[in-house]
Amino acid sequence: MFFLAAEGGETTHNPIIPVWEEIVVGGIAFIVLCFVLMKFVFPRMEQTFQARVDAIEGGIKRAEAAQAEANQLLEQYRAQLAEARTDAAKIRDDARADAEGIRQDILAKAREESDRVIAAGKEQLQAERATIVRELRTEMGTIAVDLASKIVGESLADEARRKGTVDRFLNGLESTGAR
Amino acid sequence: MFGQANVLAQGQAEFPPSVGDFYLPSILPWGAENSYWFTKITAMVWVAVGILIIFFLVSYRNPQLVPTKKQWFAESIYGFVRNNIAVDMIGHAGVRFAPYFTTLFCFILLTNFFAIVPFFQISPNSHIAFPAFLAVISYVMFNYVGIRHHGFVKYFKNSLVPPAPWFILPLLIPIELFSTFIVRPFSLAVRLFANMFAGHMLLLVFTLGGFAMISANAWLAPVSVLSWTMTIALTFLEFLVICLQAYVFTVLTASYVQGALADEH
Repeated sequence: MFFLAAEGGETTHNPIIPVWEEIVVGGIAFIVLCFVLMKFVFPRMEQTFQARVDAIEGGIKRAEAAQAEANQLLEQYRAQLAEARTDAAKIRDDARADAEGIRQDILAKAREESDRVIAAGKEQLQAERATIVRELRTEMGTIAVDLASKIVGESLADEARRKGTVDRFLNGLESTGAR
Repeated sequence: MFGQANVLAQGQAEFPPSVGDFYLPSILPWGAENSYWFTKITAMVWVAVGILIIFFLVSYRNPQLVPTKKQWFAESIYGFVRNNIAVDMIGHAGVRFAPYFTTLFCFILLTNFFAIVPFFQISPNSHIAFPAFLAVISYVMFNYVGIRHHGFVKYFKNSLVPPAPWFILPLLIPIELFSTFIVRPFSLAVRLFANMFAGHMLLLVFTLGGFAMISANAWLAPVSVLSWTMTIALTFLEFLVICLQAYVFTVLTASYVQGALADEH
């Protein structure tokens, strides 16, 4: 402008006709710009966008997987809990049955014991009776002899001692009693 | 703006501004006329390319799943073009075009933006060479994509023969040929170029006009102030045009690609 204007249109330009030097320079500059930006910048932006999408989608996928795993664990725990409940019920039932058995056992044992005690008592009673009978026999003999000697007299005592009359009588008595 | 103002104050610039004001002298070799290899315009293109490359490489040097602020900013530019232009226009197949569309969008937006950045003050896109090159890429791209997708014959049949009664076809086919294969690259390039050209011209007119009036007559100073106020207002308008044109260029390219990929007319 500085000089051209001063020189007042000495060279006339048609603004619609391009200057070929400018086309060359502008073309080279623009191609350099295209090359750098389209090779080193925008593809990396696409990659970053893609990575961002992946990150978000991957996060969602991971969350879904975690959710599924949690659900599965919950199911598993529920199953385990139910199993434990049935186990507990079974154990309770078993215990109850055991207790019943033990009670029956103890009852049976106690009955047996009482039977035994009763039996032993009876036996002892029998033995004692036998002993008493034996003692009574001798005692009764003695008493009877004493009584007889008092009644019959001294001489008879000697004779009875000789002939064993009392024993004979008592034996006869006993055999009739036993029968 | 101020550079021009100083120049004008020194009586070196003239009013009204002309097309010649868009063709700045060369930087290397210094001050040469008609040498375009290294001018303010080409320098700005390189600066734009450098800024974009450095910005994106730095902010995407170490991408994280949870982005930092810078990374988020770079991603949202790409995400905007990818989702709101490429995928919206083309559908899911548009993702593979998103890198080019984003590059295109950023390049046009930044070079357009130079029109209102102090000391840059002019957009490279006010020289038709740059929009033309971008339009040619779009043109080649949508035709290439269409031919690859449909095959040569089917692609041209799809784009040239609309589903219409046979007797109207002799009229429609030339219209389709003209609008799709001839007008499209020109309209694309000229739309961007003309907008940036006109925007720069408007700012020049109001800025230089203020100086022209105040130097013509001191009594016109209030009008100069009004003129400069208009410059500020127009700068905001220019910002709107900058964003809109970058968006429009990208959306139209995406729409052409979509048309080339579409199965039916």
